[in-house]
Amino acid sequence: MAVSIFHRVSGDGLAIVGGLMFLWWLGAIASGPDAYAAFVACVWHDPDAGTFHKITNILGKIVLVGLTWAFFQHLFSGLRHFVLDTGAGYELKTNKLWSTLVFVGAIFATATVWLYIFAEALNG
Amino acid sequence: MGNGTRLGRVRGLGSSHHGSHHWLQQRMTALGNVLLVTWFVVSLVRLPLGDHGAVLRWASNPTVAFLLILMVANVFWHLRLGLQVMIEDYVHGEATRLLSLVLLNFYAVGGAAYGIFTIARIAFSGGAAA
Repeated sequence: MAVSIFHRVSGDGLAIVGGLMFLWWLGAIASGPDAYAAFVACVWHDPDAGTFHKITNILGKIVLVGLTWAFFQHLFSGLRHFVLDTGAGYELKTNKLWSTLVFVGAIFATATVWLYIFAEALNG
Repeated sequence: MGNGTRLGRVRGLGSSHHGSHHWLQQRMTALGNVLLVTWFVVSLVRLPLGDHGAVLRWASNPTVAFLLILMVANVFWHLRLGLQVMIEDYVHGEATRLLSLVLLNFYAVGGAAYGIFTIARIAFSGGAAA
């Protein structure tokens, strides 16, 4: 039940927020160093941030962590669907086990990625 | 619509034959996404994302640009199918639903076109300018 709803929620988030962020990022790369710096200053870090960028920097990180989670949740849950499509895994215990593992796996993978990113950032 | 015969009762209630097509395309694009988006996420984590020159060099590499275009096509196709199901399930009312589906198609086709065009711009002109 819950896995199915989260599959939809994470899919929606990736489709709309993820899709638009990705296109914005691509556009910024294509438009040159200044546009790209403006993009980074808005979503990630602005060396001389005003109040507005201070807020968007925090929001940007929340959105990026959210997208990372949504990606793993949707990926693992999608892989689970592939198994279910073959007609396997419908026994009550098996089904419960794998849906729990989808949640645990997604949170674990998200945490791993972001610990890696912050460790890299700290090491310069 | 008649209500006499069995055929008359179901006629006009929706198309048959196309459900499995939608289902299968969703799975096909899902499989593509497993490979392409995983590759993309791994690349993002490994890239120095704050460095425009480095990102540009990466994106203008022919193999990378090709894979990015594949990913955009695949992702926007998949999200069109997925969001369509969402709209059909949760948006009630004939007019709002139709409008939502129109907007979805604009977003999916427009987003894919913009993405592919932008990657082409990067690949054909950006590589040298860094």
